[in-house]
Amino acid sequence: MSRTVVNAVVNGEPVEFLAGGGQSLLDALRDELRLTGSKEGCGTGDCGACSVIVDGRLVCACLMLAPEAEGKRIETIEGLADNGHLHPLQHQFLEHAALQCGFCTPGLLMASKALLDRNPDPTETEVRYWLAGNICRCTGYDKVVRAVMDAAADLRQEGKSK
Amino acid sequence: MSDGNQPPASLKVVGTRPIRPDGVDKVTGRAQFGADFHLPGMLTGRIKRSPHAHARIVKIDISAAEKRPGVKAVVTGADLDVGAGGDIEAGEHAAAMKDVAANCLASGKVFYQGHAVAAVAATSPEIAAEALDLIEVTYEVLPHVVDVDEAMAPGAPVLHDDMFTKGVTPKPTKASNVAQKHVMGRGDVAGAFAAAEVVVEGRYTTAAVHQGYIEPHACVAAWGADGQSTIWCSSQGQFLVRAMTARILNLPLSDIKVIPAEIGGGFGGKTTVYLEPVALALSRKCGRPVKLVMSREEVFLASGPTSGSSMDIRLAATKDGKITAAEMTLRYQAGAFAGSPVNLGCMTAFACYDVENLALVGYDVVSNRPKVAAYRAPGAPMAAFAVESAIDDLARKLKMDPIDLRILNAVKDGAKTVYGATVRYSAFIETLEAVKAHPHYKAKLGPGQARGVAAGFWFNIGGESSAAVHVDEDGGATVVSSNPDIGGSRASMAMMAAETLGLPIERVRCTVADTTSIGFSGSTGGSRVTFATGMAVVEAAQKVVADLRRRAAQTWECDIAHVEWKDGVATCLDPSKDAKPLSLKALAGKSAKTGGPIAAEVSLNAQGAAAGYGVHVCDLEIDPETGRTTILRYTAAQDVGRAIHPAYVEGQLQGGAAQGVGWALNEEYVYNSNGLLDNASFLDYRMPVASDLPMIDTILVEAKPNPRHPYGAKGVGEVPIVPPLAAVANAISAIVGQRMTSLPLSPAKVLAAMGGG
Repeated sequence: MSRTVVNAVVNGEPVEFLAGGGQSLLDALRDELRLTGSKEGCGTGDCGACSVIVDGRLVCACLMLAPEAEGKRIETIEGLADNGHLHPLQHQFLEHAALQCGFCTPGLLMASKALLDRNPDPTETEVRYWLAGNICRCTGYDKVVRAVMDAAADLRQEGKSK
Repeated sequence: MSDGNQPPASLKVVGTRPIRPDGVDKVTGRAQFGADFHLPGMLTGRIKRSPHAHARIVKIDISAAEKRPGVKAVVTGADLDVGAGGDIEAGEHAAAMKDVAANCLASGKVFYQGHAVAAVAATSPEIAAEALDLIEVTYEVLPHVVDVDEAMAPGAPVLHDDMFTKGVTPKPTKASNVAQKHVMGRGDVAGAFAAAEVVVEGRYTTAAVHQGYIEPHACVAAWGADGQSTIWCSSQGQFLVRAMTARILNLPLSDIKVIPAEIGGGFGGKTTVYLEPVALALSRKCGRPVKLVMSREEVFLASGPTSGSSMDIRLAATKDGKITAAEMTLRYQAGAFAGSPVNLGCMTAFACYDVENLALVGYDVVSNRPKVAAYRAPGAPMAAFAVESAIDDLARKLKMDPIDLRILNAVKDGAKTVYGATVRYSAFIETLEAVKAHPHYKAKLGPGQARGVAAGFWFNIGGESSAAVHVDEDGGATVVSSNPDIGGSRASMAMMAAETLGLPIERVRCTVADTTSIGFSGSTGGSRVTFATGMAVVEAAQKVVADLRRRAAQTWECDIAHVEWKDGVATCLDPSKDAKPLSLKALAGKSAKTGGPIAAEVSLNAQGAAAGYGVHVCDLEIDPETGRTTILRYTAAQDVGRAIHPAYVEGQLQGGAAQGVGWALNEEYVYNSNGLLDNASFLDYRMPVASDLPMIDTILVEAKPNPRHPYGAKGVGEVPIVPPLAAVANAISAIVGQRMTSLPLSPAKVLAAMGGG
């Protein structure tokens, strides 16, 4: 089976990998780059467990073909913490106990980051609708929504103090 | 030992909200779940599944698949060897191993669409997929039945020729789909109904629903040339996986090591095996590690769900609201093989209430659906839907407040349940009163809005558990747990150890061990881990404290009775000694001179798990144009004993409530006329998402800590899914103006009842 060389930037690092024509970005991340933090919950773009940010845009990695990553900047959960320092979203998810099994958590965090990147002060309703593509079966979303709202406040505070 | 049973005021760690020990791994993507393992030379496995709801397997031809380059192994049901079969205790139920094996790979017949018939292992996913197409299965298609009432009707297609209804005398002469009839009751039901001042009755149905864990089943199995194997997998019990895999492949337990991965949700659905014996059979055939991962479609088709049901209920009461008698018939889908939780439905149905005269009949019914698996409080939510709806009818008929009516009939300590247990350490009435006093219950409703109330019960269990506590040389400690951590139990284990040792929580870590590294434990299920495994952790920590006191006494050359252990420090109470206190750190640093490493392991069979009671309140409104329900406000209250880590206890209440709301409003298995599942995806099987729900308020009722647990814990995970079905349905019924008896209350159904659509 013919495979093509793909060059992309993943979490700030240039990477080169071989991708099959029908291979999803999710499979390439997990199987070729061994970045298994992005999860497959459905493979059909319904659960959001594989959420990553591609050139600033939130996508389900299971719905994007790996060769389409050529020349793209990809952010995954493995790059959310900065040199070992947790992102405010990660910190607030832990503080709020906003995860139980933790399987949907990488996707929820990346989707939340994409939200806060564009809307630093979302309402509860905006958070709920933005995260409607990320299914969590454990938490009932209460603590997730609170964590995202508090992380947004932390980020605004950080922005002010800079 | 006195250090375990401290009064609450002295608790320093229990009841606080520290960050869980495995938290950072789970927010950074480092945590390794079932599908995240990779081994050199690993093959991709795939499973070939039945396209039919019911068929006889005439022939399976694997020769073409075996010849395909890159295919390393092909297996069928003939590769399993379950021998005499027998049962394995799987937490809340006993699993018949012949059926579990036939569910892993079919033998003779397929009983549902998606039933596994063969499996391959190949060098790439593409080759594995091709190989599946090369396996030729010849079927003789048989008539099918998926509805529980139709499966019970005379003339229904019979799944199993050897199924003669158990629990009926004399034994039936004809095979049927009714695996078992359960009968329980007490008193003079007929007399009580004859004397009744008020009677309410109804017929209720619920759809089959899936546990809906986001992580599909996944494992890697590696057979060794010496016959010793290793399995990495996501499950609710590494020991259960080992036991079932060993039985299905006729191997000694000691030859299989199961390493638990992180588990991406289970809710009971991962208390059995689907993949592990198949992956190991493939690996045995080719000598290479094999990874098997289900797709979401396979999860829906071939794992879980829980039973759909049909139920008839009648209540007799006085005009003051005292329920004098109840009779109920419950018919639960078991799926392809016997073993629905209908007996648990019968046992829990009236467990919240003190009803003198009871008659319950339960039918365990097979049909052409996937075999049901445990789902959070198995069997209880459906029964509670019928019971709590009927009680709501009674409250409306008598114009009584629904909480007052429940308080009037609530069980109290000392009462006997219909299944023979005596009610102990219950705080059901306190929970009802807490709801009544909560601002939610007093809040005014807007026009077109309604409020539903319902209660629920779950036994909670104890059972066999093991745990170890190791003191590190620098004075920290490691807890070794025997149970997969499904929702934060590492945190509660570490907290109870820290509390007992007198260490700050940051100095205690908790790990989940494989089957060779800790003693046996039952599965993570039945809301048992914080109770039973927690008890093992506390007892191991108490042994460590006793050892530390002994070492201090030895150092001071005093009587151990004069050594007090408090806040992680040994103090000498003997006034004749001039002894400086010795910290855990100081004692740990000198361990080589005082007897060697400091550690203890405890294995026990925990008794005294106290039942839990929940009361939920739900406000909602309905869009009259579409019939769509919007949940406006939701409060879940529960008798929790004492919350070890309150945030994770709240999380259990919130998550259970959300699952129950999904069960009430949208979730269902939809079959077409060919017995094929029409909605095997998250798009079409509609689980609640963030925009479907409001914040879920919680009330943790700690009025009755469980005296049988060192820190008062009761199981908390399962109760919260029991009340929501009726809490939602009672509110919708109030708006629609008629009793809504059939779940899910999807927009179309509600709109039709409102006369629209």
